Amino acid sequence: MCGIVGLFLKNRALQPELGRLTSLMLETMTERGPDSAGFAVYDGAAAGHRKMTVRGISSSNAGDLESGFLQITGNNGNVHQRCDHLVLTYAEEHETPLRAYMNEFGRGVHIASCGDSIELYKGVGLPEHVATRFELKTMRGTHAIGHTRMATESAVTIAGAHPFSTGPDQCLVHNGSLSNHNSLRRMLVREGLAFDTENDSEVAAGYLSWRLSRGDKLDQALESSIDVLDGFYTFVVGTRDGFAVLRDPVACKPAVIAETDDYVAFASEYRALAELPAIQNAKVLEPEPQKVYHWEHAA
Amino acid sequence: MKTLDLRTAPLREINRILQNEHEGFYEIRNSSGQHALAVGLTAPLSVTIDGHAGYYAAGMNQNARIIINGNVGQGVAENMMSGSVHVKGCASSSAGATAQGGLLVIDGDAGARCGISLKGANIVVRGSVGHMSAFMAQSGNLVICGDAGDALGDSLYETRIFVKGKVRSLGADCEEKEMTPQDLEILSSLLNDAGIHDISASGFHVYGSARTLYHFHVDNASAY
Repeated sequence: MCGIVGLFLKNRALQPELGRLTSLMLETMTERGPDSAGFAVYDGAAAGHRKMTVRGISSSNAGDLESGFLQITGNNGNVHQRCDHLVLTYAEEHETPLRAYMNEFGRGVHIASCGDSIELYKGVGLPEHVATRFELKTMRGTHAIGHTRMATESAVTIAGAHPFSTGPDQCLVHNGSLSNHNSLRRMLVREGLAFDTENDSEVAAGYLSWRLSRGDKLDQALESSIDVLDGFYTFVVGTRDGFAVLRDPVACKPAVIAETDDYVAFASEYRALAELPAIQNAKVLEPEPQKVYHWEHAA
Repeated sequence: MKTLDLRTAPLREINRILQNEHEGFYEIRNSSGQHALAVGLTAPLSVTIDGHAGYYAAGMNQNARIIINGNVGQGVAENMMSGSVHVKGCASSSAGATAQGGLLVIDGDAGARCGISLKGANIVVRGSVGHMSAFMAQSGNLVICGDAGDALGDSLYETRIFVKGKVRSLGADCEEKEMTPQDLEILSSLLNDAGIHDISASGFHVYGSARTLYHFHVDNASAY
């Protein structure tokens, strides 16, 4: 069992509230996933700049990592630490050398996400504690996706926590289990993708990233996954401007969507939506199986 | 009318009060989608849940009349024995699962597996139902005023399924039957009981078991 939440704001006036509302939703889903939690928050960077979130930062590696970062960016980057994660902001041209540097750095450091807008945090422990560690309540942005995990088929580790980000500004959270992830992973590796874990959900994220890299729109990528992914799933997927929901044909994993003029909210259970503003006036629906629900901000 | 507020009293306390009363009118406020609301009632109480409810709302009901002014999660009125449950919004999957008696009315749509393993209760859905509805349903009636999803009535036993709209597909061993005067009478009376007066009983189709699966073959009786 796992809990999923997502909030996609249509009304800009709510952007300062994004983190607070997301943390409320995430904490309500503790009973569905008390062992670890994670979330991606989308808050656009300045034009020409990129953001990278790296995790696994400790007092023993933070200094070295930061000096390496500043060397690559010619002292022209910004570093913001939240607990054991760093968010690096830098000019676009430094992307390739920085990525190589982080991948080779070792010492427990991993790239969590990268893009124009995404920041991605995850950790082991109660969702409330994870949200507090990263100060989720203070974050602002356009949309956010979160996950509370109850691990059943792999260890309780940060690497196994969701969301998974396998492409620029992309992330996926998953409630369920996939049965053909090994063969799909082999296919995607042949296509040039790299995976950090043995986790089935990371393969779903990778598959969507692969389709998006070949020119699919988010809804097209999800549409094509219905025939390819075998197993149980409710997915919530984020891109820089988009937000989507998909349930498997059997629809055995729960899902509720609430929409108002101000936002679209998703949760595994309605309980997680109960404290959202003006929820009593929202259109509440259970997404149908095999149907892609998709929203996009005007670019 | 007594008011029970989930903001000030825990769920178990509210359920305990309702389970120990013998009569009266009760309103549950601030339900906020909580699970297992008003479950296991045995007396003829009238209970109104003023908002959305979570999983298994009004489960195992006996004798009580329960109204839910909102949507419900999975398994509303599951294993109901008698009484009535009226959902004013939509219901998620497995509405009325295994219910043995009483009446479940859903004004909106119901999700997948509505009336799964139904054992004698009546379910009336004003909207549509999802896939695998009435799977292995054994007795009772399922009335669907809208459409039905895939595999309706798979492995059906004696339950009657009435559908006014389209059926996306029938499950194994489910077939359309001729509507008899008795069927029509049952349907009219269920619509009436559900307070549905703007939808007429004409134009419904009735579905039942084709009786071709294993248990219907007399040759297999020798296994016992």
